[in-house]
Amino acid sequence: SRGAEGAAAPPVFTWLSDGTKDSESFTAAARDQFQEELVIRPLHSGDIYASFQFRTLWDTDFLQERQKVSHYRLFPKSLGQVLSKFSVRELHISFTQGFWRTMQWGQPFIPSPPGAELWVWFHDTVSDVDGNWKELTNVLSGIFCASLNFIDLTNTVQPSASFKPLGLGNATDHRFLRYATLPREIVCTENLTPWKKLLPCGSKAGLSVLLKSEKLFHSSFHSQAVHIRPVCQDEQCTSKAWELRQTLNVVFDLYTSGQGKKEWSLFKMFSRTLTEACPLATSSKVYVDITDNPEVKLKQQTVVLGDRRTYSVFDLTRAEMFGQLRSLNLLLRDMLRPLLHAERYVAGFGLQTGEIHTVIYNNHPYRAFPVLLMDSVPWYLQLYIHTLTVTSKSRDNKPSYIHYQPAKDRHRPHLLEMLIQLPPHSMTEVTVQFERALLKWTEYTPDPNHGFYVGSSVVSALVPSMVAMNTNFTQDQPLFSSFVPVKEESSYFVRVYTEPLLVNLPTPDFSMPYNVICLTCTVVAVGYGSFYNLLTRTFQVDEPSLPLAKRLANLIRRIRGVPLLA
Amino acid sequence: MYLQVLAACYKALSDHHQRGRYAALAIAAVVIVVGIPLWWKTTETYRAWLPFSEISELDSLQLQLSVDIEVVFSRGTLTPEQQKKFPLSHVNEKEHQVDGLRYKYETRYRTATIMEEDALNQPTAAEADLSLHMLSEKDVKVYVGQRRTALLRSPPFKSSWSLKEVLSNLDVEVEQVVSTMSFSHQDIVAALSDRVRMAKVTKESMADSMRAIKSSPGYEITFSLLNPDPRSHSLHWDIEGAVQSCIQPLLNKLAPIANFSVDSQILYYAVLGVNPRFDNSVSAYTLSADSLSHVINPVEARLGSNAASSNPVLNFLLYVPDSHHSPLFIRDHSKREVPSNAFHSPRWGGIMVYNVNEMYGPEAERPVDININMAKVMGVFLAQLRLMLGVQHTHPPTGFVLQSPGSAGLADWELDRLLWSRSVENIATASTTITSLAQLLDQIGNIVINDNIAQQVSSAVTSLQSAVAELEAGNLAFALQYSREAILASERAFFDPSLLHLLYFPDDQKFAIYIPLFLPMCVPIVLSLLKIVSEAKKRRADKQAKSD
Repeated sequence: SRGAEGAAAPPVFTWLSDGTKDSESFTAAARDQFQEELVIRPLHSGDIYASFQFRTLWDTDFLQERQKVSHYRLFPKSLGQVLSKFSVRELHISFTQGFWRTMQWGQPFIPSPPGAELWVWFHDTVSDVDGNWKELTNVLSGIFCASLNFIDLTNTVQPSASFKPLGLGNATDHRFLRYATLPREIVCTENLTPWKKLLPCGSKAGLSVLLKSEKLFHSSFHSQAVHIRPVCQDEQCTSKAWELRQTLNVVFDLYTSGQGKKEWSLFKMFSRTLTEACPLATSSKVYVDITDNPEVKLKQQTVVLGDRRTYSVFDLTRAEMFGQLRSLNLLLRDMLRPLLHAERYVAGFGLQTGEIHTVIYNNHPYRAFPVLLMDSVPWYLQLYIHTLTVTSKSRDNKPSYIHYQPAKDRHRPHLLEMLIQLPPHSMTEVTVQFERALLKWTEYTPDPNHGFYVGSSVVSALVPSMVAMNTNFTQDQPLFSSFVPVKEESSYFVRVYTEPLLVNLPTPDFSMPYNVICLTCTVVAVGYGSFYNLLTRTFQVDEPSLPLAKRLANLIRRIRGVPLLA
Repeated sequence: MYLQVLAACYKALSDHHQRGRYAALAIAAVVIVVGIPLWWKTTETYRAWLPFSEISELDSLQLQLSVDIEVVFSRGTLTPEQQKKFPLSHVNEKEHQVDGLRYKYETRYRTATIMEEDALNQPTAAEADLSLHMLSEKDVKVYVGQRRTALLRSPPFKSSWSLKEVLSNLDVEVEQVVSTMSFSHQDIVAALSDRVRMAKVTKESMADSMRAIKSSPGYEITFSLLNPDPRSHSLHWDIEGAVQSCIQPLLNKLAPIANFSVDSQILYYAVLGVNPRFDNSVSAYTLSADSLSHVINPVEARLGSNAASSNPVLNFLLYVPDSHHSPLFIRDHSKREVPSNAFHSPRWGGIMVYNVNEMYGPEAERPVDININMAKVMGVFLAQLRLMLGVQHTHPPTGFVLQSPGSAGLADWELDRLLWSRSVENIATASTTITSLAQLLDQIGNIVINDNIAQQVSSAVTSLQSAVAELEAGNLAFALQYSREAILASERAFFDPSLLHLLYFPDDQKFAIYIPLFLPMCVPIVLSLLKIVSEAKKRRADKQAKSD
């Protein structure tokens, strides 16, 4: 019926309803398909949020025992080989530059912590998970030109509750899960290029034309990610498919760079315009959030993360689209405050002890909801777990579930997971004290006075929805709203990352070992020298020499020829 | 009285002297006996024992290759008197002193058994029939089959000849057959080229060996379809079926040599590095031979390396030119079009241009669905793959007919040739690796040699020795197996990261640390020892003066 509607509508408006109909017959034969999507949302702060999603679906099974998958079409070969070699069931990797300001910008479509984050579910046939993990991080660091090879056992954890598989299959045994972050990782062009290379159209056609690195990295926030997981091919879930989602989120600060004018265009943001859809894509759409700009009448409604928002849709597979996307002026209105929000900081003074404060806000006016807080702290901050306090509204709030795995020096980090009930409209504070360890002098980074990073803590929650889910829309969901499976209609899944911490550790003077060696050697040598003299020299009483007056007298006497004085 | 006091004084003084001398000597002795060994022991790097003598033997390795030859005379070729002396065997050894190579040909002569005669005469046995049929043609002297047999037709022997004369008459031809079907000296020298640098190698076999990819325990074969214009061409290739029917039989045959894995990908918007020139005379675009070297680089960035293994990759690219640049033809140095429209790059892979412009009219709806004729493509790629793998072009002497290898893509004797040259190459590579590692470890005393490295080295050495022994005995499969093990073990030892740990511990830093302690401690000891020595010398001189 949707197709009939689309056909009946006047040509100008057809692109608004549904544009994927005609391409579906073509994809029926192919076993893989590709979709691309761009969402543009003006933010409350005057910034523009652009979120790209590229999705490749392939109904194959990389984990098949008897037959290796070796013939690739749209799915990138390098990632496919990694999946089958390391028996990966799910892989999520993100590289982020900048910090997502939840309070000002609201919820992102796919959250990510600053730096690099990697979490992988291995298949349950893997016997040596740690070995696979080590090798996998090395291979991925080659593929993405990133320092993922610095992931080792000292910064890897196995969260018990916070990271569940997002794809098919309900794996619960967290022995097959590995999670690591590198908060220090700096993301730049060399990471973007290999990421773009994974797209079937590269940066030659379609939405990826806009991904020009000098503009993308001249922004307040940049995050690129790759998510691979097995998903259902259809609604009945009769067959399994592998999904590769490449996402790129960027926040442009156009307000300050554009002389205070609240307007944007694709050209201003990316210094490119769109000319065509990727010919390999079955759907290629641009969504523009016009919730705050109701004058634009053409719209399609969808519910994303609990807010009812209105989007106008531009389907790039329609030739008549081009020329319309150039400039769109906007009026801005207040946005809803995010329901869940978290921040973190280090308190205390001196270089011996300190305290980590994590503050979680529930902004819902009348609903309480539980959140899972996960903290992974490096071993060199020795947590005093007995000082753990959780307070909400200045009253003690006892977590209903605590999973704590203490660190082992130089072997594994602390892992702390808690299930905390957040009272409505409240601020919950979690504090824990720690002592800073002294590292061995080779364990310091090249710039130790910069401080040591502690990865973001992760708050995962099912947040009660403000608006009921729009059920009309499940048939043809846009990509940005379909990443996390929604089971309950009254609540939605949210993951919030806090800021990474920068902690100063007591730093020695690195020339100290040599100074110590020199000083000790000198002391030993002086002691030895006098001892040696004492043992080997002979001492004899010396005749006292004549006093100066007598010697002078003798001199005169010698001249005069008189006998000398004794 | 005065004298007595003086004598006592002198005695006390000399006692003092004596005591001081003993103290200095004792301290020097403690330093030498306890201090130096202690310092030596605590600053020593751990160096496990390596079989240096065996390794140095490897450097001057003598390789002996053995071939068993059986010459079977069919009925009627020899007179009964000549046959009387059968069976007969004869060993022929050739030595190449310079390269350390020795070839041993063991030839046995006998008459055909009845069954063999039957097989040759049977008209239904297709092969025998075919071969006899071809042998009856005039100019065919030798027919080489798919397996390890060859049929040789020689002019009739005179019945008055003794057997010796017959055999020596036959020898030349037998030798030709053997050098075709087994190794030739040139091939072996080319395989050894890493070890022996020689001018003797002919240009051709050098080119062959340079074209062939280096011996490795495994290869990744990647087929890539380059579609620079997905807007107008929607290309379909049945790569799975084509690999199954064309490439897999060959790889199965080659399984003893290396592990092969095959994969394929389609790359969109991938373009060649050069702009083809339009040639009005043929109304087609052309790529000249000189520009081909620039074609690969931009494509290679898109190919991607194999993330999951470190084996060398052989790339085969099928390039379908976009509609604005077709048809596209490759021209060789003499400006003629290459019939296969393909070229290969040594040790890298091959590229084939596949024109599709004739498959649709100008009014066809874009994108045009095009099915690629895989038989044509795979024929070209298979030929290139054979070159890459080092199945050399054999140039048979005139009058030789080689049976085409058939569906397997490789005759048994071609596989043997490959086994020989690969084993020799592996042995050469492994022994070079091991000798240079031993040399390196010998030169730089700072390197820690862990037990596992020592173990790898000695297992490489034993595998090498067994490979050489197997080669001598003529067991090709085992020789290759051992030589592969030797390569693996030697590379693992050579590239072990633990070798690098203490490598960069410069001497000046060592001195900076030692000098503040050692200089003030050693100077008094050395000085007092010198003093003692000079005093002893003086006393002896005094004594001599007294006795004189």
